Amino acid sequence: MAPVETLEVLAPGPLTTVQDRGRFGYGRYGVAPSGALDSFSLRVANLLVGNDEHEACLEITLFGLKLRVLRDVAVAVAGADLQVHCNDTPLDRWRSYALEEGSILSFKGVKSGCRAYLAIGGGISVPQVLDSKSTNLPSKFGGFEGRPIRKGDILFSNSPGLHLKAGGRRLPQTLIPSYGSESHLRVVFGPQDDEFTEKGRKTLLSYPYKVSPDSDRTGIRLAGPIIERRPDVGESIISEGVIPGTIQVPGDGQPIIILVEIVTGGYRKIATVITADLPLLGQIKPGGAVSFEEISLDEAYEALRNTEQGLREFKQARSTRP
Amino acid sequence: MLYERSHYRIMGDRSLLIELGDNISPEVNRRVRELSVMLGQNPVEGVLETIPAYRSLLIIYDPLITNTRVLQHQIEDLQKKSEVIDIPEPKTVEIPVVYGADYGPDLKWVAGYHNIDVEDVIQLHTGTTYQVYMIGFTPGFPYMGELPERLATPRRETPRTTIPEGSVAIAQRQTGIYPVESPGGWHILGRTPMKLFNPLQVPPALLEMGDLVRFFPIEKGEFEQWHQ
Repeated sequence: MAPVETLEVLAPGPLTTVQDRGRFGYGRYGVAPSGALDSFSLRVANLLVGNDEHEACLEITLFGLKLRVLRDVAVAVAGADLQVHCNDTPLDRWRSYALEEGSILSFKGVKSGCRAYLAIGGGISVPQVLDSKSTNLPSKFGGFEGRPIRKGDILFSNSPGLHLKAGGRRLPQTLIPSYGSESHLRVVFGPQDDEFTEKGRKTLLSYPYKVSPDSDRTGIRLAGPIIERRPDVGESIISEGVIPGTIQVPGDGQPIIILVEIVTGGYRKIATVITADLPLLGQIKPGGAVSFEEISLDEAYEALRNTEQGLREFKQARSTRP
Repeated sequence: MLYERSHYRIMGDRSLLIELGDNISPEVNRRVRELSVMLGQNPVEGVLETIPAYRSLLIIYDPLITNTRVLQHQIEDLQKKSEVIDIPEPKTVEIPVVYGADYGPDLKWVAGYHNIDVEDVIQLHTGTTYQVYMIGFTPGFPYMGELPERLATPRRETPRTTIPEGSVAIAQRQTGIYPVESPGGWHILGRTPMKLFNPLQVPPALLEMGDLVRFFPIEKGEFEQWHQ
């Protein structure tokens, strides 16, 4: 069946984009992964409305998105608390609702976190570009015509009516993350930690770093004590592939956490945020603070297994419900 | 210089960086391609994607399926067999370029810098076969080498804020092509009408790491007719 109109954009907010899990396999052509910065929230929002967990959502930054519901539809919001309302009634995050045609959905402004994810029962119908619906903002392709959504855009979905019965589902309280003003991130040292001094490595772990306002989906720029590199190494290295979460330190000694719109880099990297903590990177906002804790590789693998186990139990509980 | 034994570096709990040498050179880069091709032909369980660069190969893996210890062991085994594995030759791509004037605003400056004629710059640039060291910076941008020593030029002191799509440029011992309009600090010698990147095609880039490239000069009129 052809996709049908579900939502009309009345106001887009500062940055709202279509993102799914990301674009993989094209890094060797210089194509960045893009995708939802907080993949946990993306997956949960989709599961709550009965979508495939990796379906595209709207990634809403900080405030201001306003939508008109064009037909009865199931929706769920996960991630940051942007004070989402349906007409004048506040809605809970981490649960799904069946909304009536004509309702107005609005995101009043951020109370905690940075990015919220709106899943629509039946998904968002945009073309797959290089196997993904994610918006590549720097190169202007994928997602909704390769750009953030604007006033007047209409979103289409596949068979939204089939998802209406998903209204009312909730994520168990134990799985809901909380976002404070200081984010605590676990890291594994490497790949070039040996090119920093012992003092430099200790500095990274000893102080909270402030999140600078020029952070975006390419990277989180941090400000704080200078991370000292070995005196015998230069400012830059021979460019190499990078992944989201890796922490590069340019010549000025101020760390940058690489995010999703970049795939190669020429600065040395002292440490890398563990996969289980990557979703938190999407909830860090300018003005906030970040602190780092070193863990072992085995502890990192274990942390990821625990996160995935929690989600698996949620999925199973859903599917066995009468 | 090529390392006798590759250096394996941990980049978090889902990627492993393999360094094959310590410099930018066609030799080290060929070995990166070799390993990248071998891994393509002999898939290792849990490997999701590999990103080849000048002197390293980044392995991105699924940490729920494998781990660095297992991967390093498997990939080192594969490297030991490199002598007996047949690696296909890279493809050669010929790229037309209009040199100078509006299309190559730095051509004259580069000639002046080296104290040679504009024609010599074009001859040196077209007379070399380049190896694509890696694709990066923007989608489809090929970093290529090795530019003849006589054309080695430091980057511009002030980068340009916009460089037109298709611009062919040089810096140090490398040459590259800007696939989309972007900022950049290399010296622009000319422009190609060929499309370097198209996300609606698979593969999305004209060139891939390891390819061989030769440039040939065309006239402005040919540039305009290229797409007809």
